[in-house]
Amino acid sequence: MSFVSYLINGISLGSVYAIIALGYTMVYGIAKMLNFAHGDIIMMGAYVIFIVVSMMGMPALVGVLAAIVVCTLLGVLIERVAYKPLRGASPLAVLITAIGVSYLLQNVALLLFGANTKAFTSVVGVPALRLAEGQLVISGETIVTILSCIVIMIVLTTFIKKSKAGQAMLAVSEDKGAATLMGINVNKTIALTFAIGSALAAVAGALLCSAYPSLTPYTGAMPGIKAFVAAVFGGIGSIPGAMIGGILLGVIENLSKAYISSQLSDAIVFSVLIVVLLVKPTGILGKKINEKV
Amino acid sequence: MRKAMSVILAAAMAASLAACGGTSTTSTTAESTTAADSSVAEGTSAAESTDTAADGDKTGTFKIGAIGPITGSAAVYGTAVMDGAELAVNEINAAGGINGYQVEYQFQDDENDVEKSINAYNTLKDWGMQMLVGTTTSNPCISVAAESAVDNLFQITPSGSAVECVENPNVFRVCFSDPDQGAASAQYIGEHQLASKIAIIYDSSSVYSSGIMEKFVSEAANQNLEIVANEAFTAETNTDFTTQLQKAKDGGAELIFLPIYYTEASLILNQANQMGLDVDFFGCDGMDGILQVENFDTSLAEGLMLLTPFVADATDELTQSFVSSYEAAYGSTPIQFAADAYDAVYAIKAAAEDAGLTPDMSVSDLCEGLKTSMTKITINGLTGDNMTWNEAGEPVKAPKAMKIENGAYTAME
Repeated sequence: MSFVSYLINGISLGSVYAIIALGYTMVYGIAKMLNFAHGDIIMMGAYVIFIVVSMMGMPALVGVLAAIVVCTLLGVLIERVAYKPLRGASPLAVLITAIGVSYLLQNVALLLFGANTKAFTSVVGVPALRLAEGQLVISGETIVTILSCIVIMIVLTTFIKKSKAGQAMLAVSEDKGAATLMGINVNKTIALTFAIGSALAAVAGALLCSAYPSLTPYTGAMPGIKAFVAAVFGGIGSIPGAMIGGILLGVIENLSKAYISSQLSDAIVFSVLIVVLLVKPTGILGKKINEKV
Repeated sequence: MRKAMSVILAAAMAASLAACGGTSTTSTTAESTTAADSSVAEGTSAAESTDTAADGDKTGTFKIGAIGPITGSAAVYGTAVMDGAELAVNEINAAGGINGYQVEYQFQDDENDVEKSINAYNTLKDWGMQMLVGTTTSNPCISVAAESAVDNLFQITPSGSAVECVENPNVFRVCFSDPDQGAASAQYIGEHQLASKIAIIYDSSSVYSSGIMEKFVSEAANQNLEIVANEAFTAETNTDFTTQLQKAKDGGAELIFLPIYYTEASLILNQANQMGLDVDFFGCDGMDGILQVENFDTSLAEGLMLLTPFVADATDELTQSFVSSYEAAYGSTPIQFAADAYDAVYAIKAAAEDAGLTPDMSVSDLCEGLKTSMTKITINGLTGDNMTWNEAGEPVKAPKAMKIENGAYTAME
């Protein structure tokens, strides 16, 4: 019984990683850049929800929608100001810029909202599922997170495969030069990618802070890095890979906490990552280099 | 040409070094300017300054620096220390200062970060700090204590509770050390028979938390307490505690001991509630501040016990007047850290008066004087009656426990 319970806890933690990893992998798959500020956009989204729901007393749905709007605008703005001028620069320069943006967002949040921890009110109204006479508890947040993960995964995949904008994204990810020659507006396409990625960050922020209701300007940083690991684990650029990577990461982390050592859980997670990457350098669902996304 | 240039540069450097060396003259002039500038010249210091002409450098101010996090995840502690110490300095200045000399006070933020704390220390040294109240948290305190030992600068930490904080003879502290808190918690739980089966959740990446945990475990054996689960987390895995709680539940724990800071504790209380876990929780001074978490459902903390030497609703006169002037000045109820810092400043005052110190003495001489007098003084502080200090820098006072009832701290018997 405990094992099942540990497994469920692992899945619930993993589903949070997965939903963050979706945003990472989406941006990487199209724009070929690691947006390290992703975790901090999540934090900003969570603050928007906190202000709208807890301080202004609006319904949760309004809060989530407001966060999606703010995060989308923020994502497009960051792309326009910080990443677009570096389109031709080396990937390393863009990476460092992304880290810079991440610190900028953290410090702006410190200035705006202060350093004090804020307790987040859950935006999920679904009651917890109690099985086996209360021995097993699956929280409403876990159920909603997993369902949202699956829905987002399906919508994103369909969007990229079926819509014109999605096809343009695919083309841009394969060859920017050729895409331009075919009449695709590369800048617009990448901006759209950031808009979608940041909207996903807002949803991830809502679910992350509902599951773990403590909000500080550093809330997004660590889950962001873990989710990045999850995205690499699952095969960065692959949308189903992000979900599988996230959930596996959560399960491995929790089972090693439970059965091996609560101190070494991170070391074990990363050892598994190294082994997976040795065997399959592109991650679990990663494709070969020559056929991108 | 190049050679000539380097000779000139070397000469300039030597001149500037010499200027650094000659502090006695430069700093005295600087101090007398500040004294003249300061509009809050009290009667006593004015009297002092009249015989300045005769005695040259008898006027001046004591410069007390303080360091702590006022941004970042431990900001509640640093802010409390900043305000608590400032309140004490203002009171002392209004009452005529230390040995008749006014006190200047400056606070620097360290974000609970070791390197930033060293930077803050150097900034304060450049300002002319003579004694340090700080630092607030353990890890930065250990590094700053190593620096202050080199400078032989007197340091008293309000709340740096790791053993290593007071390793050097120039450092004292107001709060209990981690091992003392761990042992006192185990004794308290044992003597009051709060529980017999105990689980521990601690932060293995923090000196504070693991220090308390180790001593708690060894003392628990003497108190016939059974540790059914001893689980760790780190700064990287500090969001999900369900596995640790599940292990506590499986072990049949009646009480969970949380020697951790309040940010993680608020998550643990929340997750325990979601799991339907019905146990008692017991924390140490890092738990203080949990009721200040904005929007936190305080009903989750109902029944939480913590070992803390100060509580704002105590009825004695000293606490009452401290709380009312703190609330008037800073608009919030003081926590233990504010009281610790307040006591730290008064300890400096008592020791400086005992040793008859004056601001024109060198930092090292001040330190020697304070060091000797610290072990002689007895103060009735907010965090303990008849507090004394031993040569190791540890305070000697009785521990107190609090319980959260109806969203407020209540003293336990």
